[in-house]
Amino acid sequence: MPKVTYIEYNGREHVVDVPVGRSVMRGAVDNNIPGIDADCGGECACATCHVFVDPEWLPKTGLPVPGSQEASMLSFAAVTQDNSRLSCQIKMREDLDGLIVRMPEGQH
Amino acid sequence: MNDIAVLSNADSVALDDIDVSDPKLYQNDTYYPYFARLRREDPVHYCRQSLYGPYWSVTKYKDIMQVEINHQVYSSDAAISILDPPKGLERQSFIAMDPPKHDEQRLVVSPAVAPGNLANMEGLIRERTGRVLDGLPRDETFDWVERVSIELTTMMLATLFDYPWDDRRQLTYWSDVVIADVRSPESPVHSEEEKFAELTKMTEALGKLFQERAQLPPKFDLLSMLAHSNATRNLPFREFMGNLSLLIVGGNDTTRNSMTGGLMALNEHPKEYQKLRDDPSLIPGMVSEIIRYVTPVIHMRRTAKEDGEIGGKQIKKGDKVVMWYVSGNRDPDAIEDPDNFIIDRPRPRQHMSFGYGIHRCVGNRLAELQLRILWEEIITRYPVIEVMGPAKRTYSNFIHGIRSLPVRIPA
Repeated sequence: MPKVTYIEYNGREHVVDVPVGRSVMRGAVDNNIPGIDADCGGECACATCHVFVDPEWLPKTGLPVPGSQEASMLSFAAVTQDNSRLSCQIKMREDLDGLIVRMPEGQH
Repeated sequence: MNDIAVLSNADSVALDDIDVSDPKLYQNDTYYPYFARLRREDPVHYCRQSLYGPYWSVTKYKDIMQVEINHQVYSSDAAISILDPPKGLERQSFIAMDPPKHDEQRLVVSPAVAPGNLANMEGLIRERTGRVLDGLPRDETFDWVERVSIELTTMMLATLFDYPWDDRRQLTYWSDVVIADVRSPESPVHSEEEKFAELTKMTEALGKLFQERAQLPPKFDLLSMLAHSNATRNLPFREFMGNLSLLIVGGNDTTRNSMTGGLMALNEHPKEYQKLRDDPSLIPGMVSEIIRYVTPVIHMRRTAKEDGEIGGKQIKKGDKVVMWYVSGNRDPDAIEDPDNFIIDRPRPRQHMSFGYGIHRCVGNRLAELQLRILWEEIITRYPVIEVMGPAKRTYSNFIHGIRSLPVRIPA
């Protein structure tokens, strides 16, 4: 099963298995990893599963499509960067095995 | 009507005649069985005739979510409550706008309530909360709303606006004016014209501070932020009035009512109150549960910009669509055992009280912070605060207000 590394704002790392087809958000929530709140449960209707994708992985995860619901929700998150994504919108695939995401200071 | 009469009326009235917009239902706290029936029998319900004209009620969690995320079709432009803005006295604000203008204005104020700034405010909020709690009388009945909920939220508002401290209760008064239903005898104003006149005074008072701050270097208060941003520095008078009203109500009334409603919920559920005393680490989850259970904003309204479909019903362009958060938060298909107050329920953050989509409450993290600190400071001082009588509620179908609550702290 592909693995994802979640790195909390304080630097603590969590490496977990996330089944193919499940979202990176769900992988965190199912494993009780702090730092991802996912208030809307994966509807892309809040911005509380915000992560920074490790730059090396960006070509594979891609960026939010301009004008998409993800892009508009992300524009209201605090402290976004050009590698910001909503983790509910990244679905696990075999070729994402080893993916690294970092959490922001807080979800807003 | 007593409780049994309400229950039987909610079950026997013809479906077509159900009108959940009557503010009395919220003042008397008798709305629950009507929504329970709508969720069961007609979850997207058309009311042909009401004080506010015809409207659709959306009552299920998942249907509300679909309306929330489809802002292209379900517009917030010009009106976000079932009551249309008074003709000729409209006051625009970013909550009642669509993108791109909504986005530009919202982004001006959101840094004030972003996680980084909240960390800076925590110490101040805790110190004030402790002081207010230490000053409460023992073994004597007093009004929790007046002494605690209004006091704390007014202090917060004065800080957010950097408003003159000794005059801070003016902000509370204006907040009450903004949300007032002018037909209620208890309303501070009794006509839309009178309301507009009072809000003009508010806009002039805050406008003076805004002008002063425009001349000074930028600071981290809402007026300074509005004064120094291109998107908001030259707002027309009515739009400035609307945005001030929004920020005052948003930063105040909702948290006030959660501060009161949480204490009521714990008194109504003594086992939960005991759980809290036994394990104060449950407070963060309890705060979310309080916000769900209380649901400080009763509804939000959208207007269909084109024909569409919600839950199998055909919505026509121009229709008024009301999302009843009080109902979505009690939907058993989305939330297990939703009528119970459970301070350690799983996934407590998944509630509708802050709304979803691009209009989701910008101050939600600040609200949670204030409530968390309040309960952390209460529990170290007062293991028991007793509710001594019924709450008086606001005549409103929009803001779930609690005007007074008699309580007593045992000596």
